[in-house]
Amino acid sequence: MSAVLQNLVNQPYKHGFVTEIESDVAPKGLNEDTIRLISTKKNEPQWLLEFRLKAYQQWLKMDEPKWPNVKYPKIDFQAISYYSAPKPKNKLASIDEVDPELLRTFEKLGVPMNERAKLAGVAVDVIFDSVSVATTYKAKLAEVGIIFGSISEAVHQHPELVKQYLGTVVPVGDNYYAALNSAVFTDGSFCFIPKGVKCPMDLSTYFRINTQESGQFERTLIIAEEGASVSYLEGCTAPKFDTNQLHAAVVELVALDNADIKYSTVQNWYAGDENGIGGIYNFVTKRGLAKGVNSRISWTQVETGSAITWKYPSCVLLGDNSVGEFYSVALTNNYQQADTGTKMVHIGKNTRSTIVSKGISAGRSNNSYRGLVKIAPAAAGARNYSQCDSMLIGDQCGANTFPYIQVHNHSAKVEHEASTSKIGEDQLFYFAQRGIGAEEAVSMIINGFCKDVFQQLPMEFAVEATKLLGLKLEGSVG
Amino acid sequence: MIYQDSQTLLEVRGLCATVNSVEILKGIDLTVRSGEVHALMGPNGSGKSTFAKALAGHPAYVVTGGAVVYEGKNLLELKPEERARAGVFLGFQYPIEIPGVANSQFLRLTYNTVQAQRGKDELDPLEFDDFVREKMKLLEMNPDFLDRSVNEGFSGGEKKRNEILQMALLEPRLAILDETDSGLDIDALRVVAHGVNRLATKDNAIVLVTHYQRMLNYIEPDYVHVMESGRIVKTGGKELALELERRGYHWVSVEHRAAAGAAA
Repeated sequence: MSAVLQNLVNQPYKHGFVTEIESDVAPKGLNEDTIRLISTKKNEPQWLLEFRLKAYQQWLKMDEPKWPNVKYPKIDFQAISYYSAPKPKNKLASIDEVDPELLRTFEKLGVPMNERAKLAGVAVDVIFDSVSVATTYKAKLAEVGIIFGSISEAVHQHPELVKQYLGTVVPVGDNYYAALNSAVFTDGSFCFIPKGVKCPMDLSTYFRINTQESGQFERTLIIAEEGASVSYLEGCTAPKFDTNQLHAAVVELVALDNADIKYSTVQNWYAGDENGIGGIYNFVTKRGLAKGVNSRISWTQVETGSAITWKYPSCVLLGDNSVGEFYSVALTNNYQQADTGTKMVHIGKNTRSTIVSKGISAGRSNNSYRGLVKIAPAAAGARNYSQCDSMLIGDQCGANTFPYIQVHNHSAKVEHEASTSKIGEDQLFYFAQRGIGAEEAVSMIINGFCKDVFQQLPMEFAVEATKLLGLKLEGSVG
Repeated sequence: MIYQDSQTLLEVRGLCATVNSVEILKGIDLTVRSGEVHALMGPNGSGKSTFAKALAGHPAYVVTGGAVVYEGKNLLELKPEERARAGVFLGFQYPIEIPGVANSQFLRLTYNTVQAQRGKDELDPLEFDDFVREKMKLLEMNPDFLDRSVNEGFSGGEKKRNEILQMALLEPRLAILDETDSGLDIDALRVVAHGVNRLATKDNAIVLVTHYQRMLNYIEPDYVHVMESGRIVKTGGKELALELERRGYHWVSVEHRAAAGAAA
């Protein structure tokens, strides 16, 4: 039976191909000149260069975080190239002018890029090796005043907005990787939903790492003004390389009064092979500021890829009655390591947060949930509910839960529930005795286990996530 | 019921099996024809449940000798799920809990899997809902249990009813019910036994594994077998069960040893 489980988990990675495309790659290494080079290439205003240099100065004084429950060799930051962009043939006027090789790449990945096809009814911004290559539905969104596109473009077209919000949720010196990102980020998505506008479609960014020795440092900024709402989706894949690539992104969300931002991620970066060779180091800082009264920020993540995941999508609940949510499924297999969770910082009165975390470990992987719930002295009537469940497949993997709870207001109510379960021989035999094979049984158990999180995903993403977990687990049951 | 023209459904010859390298079954012989109800009785540890699980193909029960022919095929070559699809059903003594998986979903998947195997139409969720609710009436079950997770938080009686419901859905040719009566109160026992009786036809067969005679008051066996130390040591009609109820198991064992001694 063990062999059956093994095979179930070990499905080949389907996005591991490399696109042959001419790229403009910066020389390896990081110093002030590299940063000036990036800034010059992107023709940036002076304030942004200063933002970068300030971040770089802070980064130099910082140390890599040692507290996560993950192990990896020291990263040589001088061996990474900090800029890689597909060489554009000329300035693109519409998506039809995108390099067909690139279009084929995204077709292969199942990302709808053809505006005419209007397949999914989702507006997509596509980021290829740190550079936004195309955004669909731009014009249609602009009709209702929504700005959606690459952050580089926004820097030029809406500098006042970018300047006003960039670095306000994740300050340049927030942490080691956020500082690094602030210094060298090359592109990312920018999204602005003006006052009172409900975004008519889901917005989506698709990230693809292609080059072997480049890091990917994208920066996403989403602002929902008073009464605005948006649902945002993010997908990621990378080719298979036997070296590790660094991905250090920063995502900032700002929700003003009565605004609502829902951010969903299906992360499927290359995870390394069955011996733990290669894979992405996914060191990401994601934070939402529920700035206004009655605002809401909701994170949903399905983390299945990366050799190492270090990521804590968080909510700072500043506005009174604001709401923060975190729904997470993290699956690790083979030698993958994940240390992921959230931070809910309650500052405003009657703020509420919900945390639902489902960790699934298979193979020899190690999966940790780490979460902070902090109730500040002023947060009268704050409430939190946390539920952290772990599931083990096989007996060589690990699951850990590290909850941190800090309550400084007596009227607050904080609940934490945790459970650990195991897919065992007897469960599988029960299914088998009813005619159901191990593969289908595991998929049913896992989907049942993740139900509370999948329900939060937009329909198509939920289907995708269900399939993905099935693929990732094929062969691991036993 | 014993029919003159019935076919042999299951033929077990000299079956030996180990659990954790300990030999539990030491040469079982048993023939089951369609239409028959067999009761397999015997004291704790005599190997009844092991026999049931070995027939169903539980991976922890390793067959070390003997042969099992089911519908003319070598049953031991089939994987557990293939045995189930071929019509071998095990009613679990301790049904397994599967948190997060709705009973309705589980029942439909198992039903459709077996239907597909038989070349019959599968049912969509709405059709299945009507179908399963009809079957549930047979077992006097509360419809809300369809929305609950499989066996999770079920009482002993509910779990056993769920087993028989699955039997009703899957219409097995050979149903092995492992201590289905244990943990049931009198009323539940009557309902479950009634359900089993309704499912017995001349084309299928039922093997009841039980400690006690009381279930046999409701489901009348054609044969009663007594197991001891991994073998069937005595076979009789339904009156044997009554005698066991009166006299216990010890005399069977004494008689068996005497017979074995005389033969040697």
